Amino acid sequence: MEVNIALVDKLANLARLQFAEEEKELIRQDLQRMIGFVDKLNELNTEGVEPLLHMTEAVNILREDVVEGSVPREVALKNAPETDGVYFKVPKVISRES
Amino acid sequence: MFKYDSIAQYHAALESDAASCVEAVQYYLHRIEKNRHLNAFLQVYAEEALERARVLDASRKAGKKPGKLHGVVVALKDVISYKDHPLTASSRILENFSPIYNATAVEKLLAEEAIIIGNTNCDEFAMGSTNENSAWGPVLNARDTSRVPGGSSGGAAVAVQAGLCMVSLGTDTGGSVRQPADFCGVVGLKPTYGRISRYGVIAYASSFDQIGIFGNNVPDVARVLEVIAGPDAYDSTAAQVPVDAYAAGLEQAPGKLRIAYFPEALDSPALDPEIAAAIKGLIEDLRTAGHEVAPVSFEYLDYIVPAYYILTTAEASSNLARYDGVRYGSRFSGAESDNVEKKSFLTDFYRETRSAGFGKEVKRRIMLGTFVLSAGYYDAYFTKAQQVRRLLVEKTKLVFNSFDIIILPTAPSTAFKTGEKMEDPISMYLADIFTVFANLTGLPAISLPLFWHSNGMPFSLQIMTNQFRELSLLRISHQWIQQYSVAGIHEKP
Amino acid sequence: MSALHDEYEVVVGLEVHAQLLTNSKLFCGDSAAYGGEPNTHVSPITLGHPGTLPKLNRKAIEYAVKMGLACHCSITRHNYFARKNYFYPDLPKGYQLSQHTTPVCKGGYVTIRTGEGEKQIRLNRIHLEEDAGKSLHDVDPDNTCVDYNRAGVPLIEIVTEPDIRSGEEAYAYLTELRKLLRYLEICDGNMEEGSMRCDANISVRKKGDQQLGTKVEVKNLNSIRNVKRAIEAEAKRMIGIVEAGGVIVQQTRSFDAASGDTFALRTKEDADDYRYFADPDLPPFLVTEAMLAQIRAAIPALPEERIARYTRELQLPEYDARVITDDKETATYFEAIIRHTNNYKAAANWMLGPLKSWLNENNARITAMPVPPATIAALIALIDSGQISFSVASSRLFTALLDNPTAAPDALARQLNLLQDSSEQNVAQWIEEVLNRMPDKVAEYKKGKKGLIGLFVGEVKKISKGKADPKLTNDILLRKLQQ
Repeated sequence: MEVNIALVDKLANLARLQFAEEEKELIRQDLQRMIGFVDKLNELNTEGVEPLLHMTEAVNILREDVVEGSVPREVALKNAPETDGVYFKVPKVISRES
Repeated sequence: MFKYDSIAQYHAALESDAASCVEAVQYYLHRIEKNRHLNAFLQVYAEEALERARVLDASRKAGKKPGKLHGVVVALKDVISYKDHPLTASSRILENFSPIYNATAVEKLLAEEAIIIGNTNCDEFAMGSTNENSAWGPVLNARDTSRVPGGSSGGAAVAVQAGLCMVSLGTDTGGSVRQPADFCGVVGLKPTYGRISRYGVIAYASSFDQIGIFGNNVPDVARVLEVIAGPDAYDSTAAQVPVDAYAAGLEQAPGKLRIAYFPEALDSPALDPEIAAAIKGLIEDLRTAGHEVAPVSFEYLDYIVPAYYILTTAEASSNLARYDGVRYGSRFSGAESDNVEKKSFLTDFYRETRSAGFGKEVKRRIMLGTFVLSAGYYDAYFTKAQQVRRLLVEKTKLVFNSFDIIILPTAPSTAFKTGEKMEDPISMYLADIFTVFANLTGLPAISLPLFWHSNGMPFSLQIMTNQFRELSLLRISHQWIQQYSVAGIHEKP
Repeated sequence: MSALHDEYEVVVGLEVHAQLLTNSKLFCGDSAAYGGEPNTHVSPITLGHPGTLPKLNRKAIEYAVKMGLACHCSITRHNYFARKNYFYPDLPKGYQLSQHTTPVCKGGYVTIRTGEGEKQIRLNRIHLEEDAGKSLHDVDPDNTCVDYNRAGVPLIEIVTEPDIRSGEEAYAYLTELRKLLRYLEICDGNMEEGSMRCDANISVRKKGDQQLGTKVEVKNLNSIRNVKRAIEAEAKRMIGIVEAGGVIVQQTRSFDAASGDTFALRTKEDADDYRYFADPDLPPFLVTEAMLAQIRAAIPALPEERIARYTRELQLPEYDARVITDDKETATYFEAIIRHTNNYKAAANWMLGPLKSWLNENNARITAMPVPPATIAALIALIDSGQISFSVASSRLFTALLDNPTAAPDALARQLNLLQDSSEQNVAQWIEEVLNRMPDKVAEYKKGKKGLIGLFVGEVKKISKGKADPKLTNDILLRKLQQ
């Protein structure tokens, strides 16, 4: 299949990545090669094969409803790039478009 | 002068006062310092390791029963969480990150009195086969510094290869323990998926990832496995299957075995002829020794790497979504953008941080993983690969109905020259052809350094067994390494 | 609605998110309680720290299945969680774990009652998922502040088919749904605090059209009443657009409770691509026969079942039965009364009368009622045996019991001198006094104005402070007036 810049843009947006123009062409080529490579699977007939979703055969590995394991707030915030000691902070989210 | 051979020999020396934990730690700290140029370690916990060694020496002398890993000097790959010690996955996006909890495997190491001496370099987020994808620079192969140590657990492999610690923990998603073990000439074990808890292991591909162990010899590896394996309340995918006494059970002879090999693999044009010849020679030796060795046709060989890359990149694209500079890690917002207006948009906040924080190979794989999961392509790629995975698992089950083990090369070549594979992702991916099979099927596999190449580099035999048959895998390995390894494999460079 | 609007019908589907009342979160041990100091109900798992993994809370499955059984759903036996991938600061892992692909409950319905009668609102599904954290936009002028206490709290999402045709039906549906959640004690149904949240998918079409119109999703509906108002406002807006020859744009809108209007949040250009896939970190869960039997056994009698029993077995009017079953505690209280009396109608009258008035005046729930149900039954017995009138019992004795809830009603009534006097002598004396005081009225009565009997009875009651046995009073009065 053909990988074009529009697809690169769409995927980059979904993955929250950005590429400068010259990088974009390189990543397009890489993707083109990688997708060409994995296209090989189309040769195999997998009709009627149930996709394998889980690697273990275990089921119902459940926990009891017990409160435990919380950390103090200063520990939770220890690695925060920006904090006031109470909250994690991110630049203002624009939520209302006109 | 401190000398290390195996954990058993070390423990005997401690017992007879011929050595101490402090001496051991000092010895390794000295060797780490002398081998800085290999770039194997990212962090060395010198003071802390010495202090712990002192405490352990004192407790032993006070007559306290020593733990199974008493005083054993261990290095961790930089993807395994050790509370309050830096953890970066060799990525700028986690620069300055300090975990707030211990991985279960680390808890178990510490409970058995191991000494963690530092954390080791790797490919960023464990994505790579050369250790050249590290934000903190490449690791060099100690035997030939113009060559790579393999990856992604390159630093952990070199730490054992160059005698910078006794054993080390890596992770193996598609061969990231076995392939560097092969390139460096050490033993590398990837247990069954779920044998060791993944809690505290930075995820690359959740249904493939497994902690693996590097050691100089099989008994060391067996002893570490015995300590860190087992069910875990914090990992729902950790197996409930009981843990065998791996270390104690090693000496028992494995007896006559039914051994399968894949002729397509040994006749592959991609396989180095010397490696092919060595393994074919071993097959003859094994037959002579009375084992039943038979070719099994494996028609899916060409499909395993594509299926592996579809599934691992898909999982990775989701596993790496949490690195966004909000709760932890680096924030690069604004650094790359000259548009002041733009900065106010959340999407750009994410894109700036993630683009500056992740390296090239990580971004490639996130892009491919996003593609195979995206609407319109999902069934043709992701679902298809999940179907292929089912076919592989079923085919492998059939093989193990008739055989005890499968033997394979670990890698198609010996260690690459630095820079050789950097630009072409496909040729790098193809080098994983013999190792990804065990991760796709969840089976245990070991890389045993048995051979020497005419280029001066070591290479290995890979052995796989059915799931949770680690005891028999280790027994066979222990016997074969004594029986079939070319003399001198254990000599340090 | 106007005649013009009568040509149209509004088609609504509701998505309700209900926070489950588990102690801990869906996939880890942090407290799931509402509120708490910001960022204190958090562990490395809630914060999505590198290397953390989820483990499923057994109770959450039980609660979801309970709701499914109460709504007549079919229960999915083999279940797994999928990752819904998107980026938002309040979503710690960059994906939400959701049962999107295999909802634990499918189909089913909720019965509602409106002015137009009874109707079944079909459900599409009920599934489990984890809640997100909270983004606060008004704490800091330059930054959004994030609190992860809520992140990972278990939710069930209850999705209807597009069966709702008016704001009134939506109101009835949500009221009924909340009643069920509370009966099952799996969600407190508090829309103001957000423990129950509702999004409405609204479209309009000409009556008789088969195809659905373009839908708009309205969010931020923080009360049942506002859901109704938003549907009505949005329908009006959409009909306006269609009438003016315009085209309705598929978008997400918000409801402004102050103005009563909806406004656009964002227009959906591409459909979101969430790239769902089965979470490899979580093995599947099976709802086994044993689990199902255990859950079924733990479900209390639900409103419909109780209403049927009250009307059929206890012969209560349907209205009484509905009011009493409005919440489980009220029904439980009522059922406790009738364990001590067979006068079911009297028990219902007490519930709907004096008790309800007291609750309303004090803005209290039945659980705050100090007088125990057995005491109400004792009051009923006192009335039935003629020892006290209902009016004295409800106005004076009940009031006294509120202050002294442990007292025995008959002893207290005696102490307060409230018991009825059935001695003929005393009653005759009070009657004598009344008749002597109003000779004119007696004369009028005797001339044929028989309605005055009520006045005399009232006066006797007054001077006897209610103690005069009403039947006896009547008998003696008639006798005296005929003399």
